[in-house]
Amino acid sequence: MADKQFVADSPALLDIYKRAALLKANDERARKVILSGQVAMAYYSYRGQEIIPSVMGNVLRDDDTICTIYRGIHDMLGKGFPLKELWAELAGRSTGSCKGKGGPMHLTYPPKGIMVTTGIVGSSAPIANGLAWAAQLDKSDRVSVCTFGDGASNIGAVHEAMNLASVWKLPTIFVCQNNLFAEHTKFEKMTGGQNIANRADGYGMPGVRVDGNDPEAMYSAFAEAVARARAGEGPTLLECMTFRFFGHNFGDDDSYIPPEQKAAAMEADPVPRFRARLIADRIASEDELAAFESDVEGQISEALEFALSSPWPTADELRFDVFEKEIAA
Amino acid sequence: MSAAQKVAKPTVTILAAISKAYRDALAEDSKVITLGEDIGDAEGGGIVKITKGLSASFGEERVRSTPIAEQAIMGAAIGASLAGYKPIAEIMLMNFTTVAMDMIVNHAAKLRFMSGGQTSVPIVIRTMTGLGFGSGGQHCDYLEAWFAHTAGIKVCAPSTPEDAYGLLRAAIEDPDPVIFIENLPTYFTPMSFELPDNSHRVPLGKAAVQREGSDVTLVSYARMAVEARMAAAKAAEQGISVEVIDLRTIAPWDRETVLASAQKTGRVLIAHEAVKQHGVGAEIAAVINEELFGQLKKPVKRLGGAFCAVPYSKPLESAFAPDAASILAAIVQLAS
Repeated sequence: MADKQFVADSPALLDIYKRAALLKANDERARKVILSGQVAMAYYSYRGQEIIPSVMGNVLRDDDTICTIYRGIHDMLGKGFPLKELWAELAGRSTGSCKGKGGPMHLTYPPKGIMVTTGIVGSSAPIANGLAWAAQLDKSDRVSVCTFGDGASNIGAVHEAMNLASVWKLPTIFVCQNNLFAEHTKFEKMTGGQNIANRADGYGMPGVRVDGNDPEAMYSAFAEAVARARAGEGPTLLECMTFRFFGHNFGDDDSYIPPEQKAAAMEADPVPRFRARLIADRIASEDELAAFESDVEGQISEALEFALSSPWPTADELRFDVFEKEIAA
Repeated sequence: MSAAQKVAKPTVTILAAISKAYRDALAEDSKVITLGEDIGDAEGGGIVKITKGLSASFGEERVRSTPIAEQAIMGAAIGASLAGYKPIAEIMLMNFTTVAMDMIVNHAAKLRFMSGGQTSVPIVIRTMTGLGFGSGGQHCDYLEAWFAHTAGIKVCAPSTPEDAYGLLRAAIEDPDPVIFIENLPTYFTPMSFELPDNSHRVPLGKAAVQREGSDVTLVSYARMAVEARMAAAKAAEQGISVEVIDLRTIAPWDRETVLASAQKTGRVLIAHEAVKQHGVGAEIAAVINEELFGQLKKPVKRLGGAFCAVPYSKPLESAFAPDAASILAAIVQLAS
């Protein structure tokens, strides 16, 4: 039985659902927008993985930081990335959070603690440690989260980072979103021991495997890891089990995902399941949720409109932000 | 210089100057922190003792020994810098940067640009290298060209105690990532009479004209600048006036100073320890060609390391890179 402080109450559950609904709607819109030709971008759908970042967004504060990866728009939206700056960046416009210089794989938004999005598998982890070290030096109880996939759990950077976090007792939380596929390759085929959470033992930190599609289980595990980190008790590795409904990147041939596995996962779609549960438990009404969802669609439309009507960056921009001072033409 | 100093022998080494720069920076700014393998006092204060006494003075949270894990070291430096710190990350030997290239090239150098200026990575990567100790192929490469080729990172390689101090202090204060290359064999050579004052700074991107001359411009940096100074003194004995430019900062390099000198002499020699092919010398020669074509008296000449791994055996190691003698020979050839 989880400690009482790590049990999500009704307002927390409702907040988590609202975040998940936004994430789901945004992914659905992104795929439509790409198909329509309005925005051409490299896109890594997170559909099916919404619960994990929605819980993180609920538990974390704005000053807690996150380093995420190219399949990370759900992590960022969960943490509060504003939709207009997001969509303008996806569209490569000058009004994007990164002035169109980063794009979908390098989204950054420090006011919400979204410090790094990397396109390099596993590289979120070593940098997250530095943000955790800074929290330690500042004598702050803020925490540093890094997210990565099951594929990244086999790369050296993640292991170096977990060891350092352990020996320095850093407030880093390693959130592995195990969606069972590393790009096109099945988790079980390329992961020794078939379990990522167990590896934490070897680094002397707690490792927890949790159903990342179950909001309450995810909340308990994540809130406990955050509490440990805030109390100066060091890092935790969470292996959050989930599933990615679509291919590695949008448009790829996802026939490497067995159709029956995909169908079963979609059948158990965590977002509508959670929605039904909130209504059944009278945490929210159908009308309330429908109104919220309709509002979210409107916000996304508005953000998209803002993005598409924004100016493109000019070539002059190549000279700025390389260094603090402008470089010569 | 006083009469007493003329007879006295220099006592101050590059190593002592870097050590003082560290101590002064840590003392003056609480945001300066440092990490690396063996740097803490419990581990001996670094393999050449540059950081000796620092963890005792400034605490193990600010002066932090690490596992042998260069990606973890670089990542921790980058992350702390994103939160407002000014980390000095020691990568013991320059060859070990190869196992942290993702962190350095994909992240440290690019985060400012990719974030549209929302974040910055004001770190210094201190690293040592250089042949002379028979370390063979994986412990003494000069890899500065790789970093100079990467937009978003600055590259320094001083050759005197004053420049080492002033450049390191400037690099720590710089808002962007800097890789600071130290030459291992010349660490221990007494070159100066006094340690620099703590206000001494050498601006990044500014070369030093270490000897004025009118016949040949000699551009170099790091240990090769030491060899260059010796070669220029010998050339003077033969009546050849050599202008010695120590770049000090390789990226961004001081085009103005080099081009002004090249215009004056019309003859340019560039010497570095790194492999000659695709090296820093090629960039400098190309720019001189672009800017001063028609004004040169001779084609720009380059000297650099051989196109092979740094060899172990002494005669091979000696033959690998230019030295004062081969630089002098090239000067004589250019001046003829």
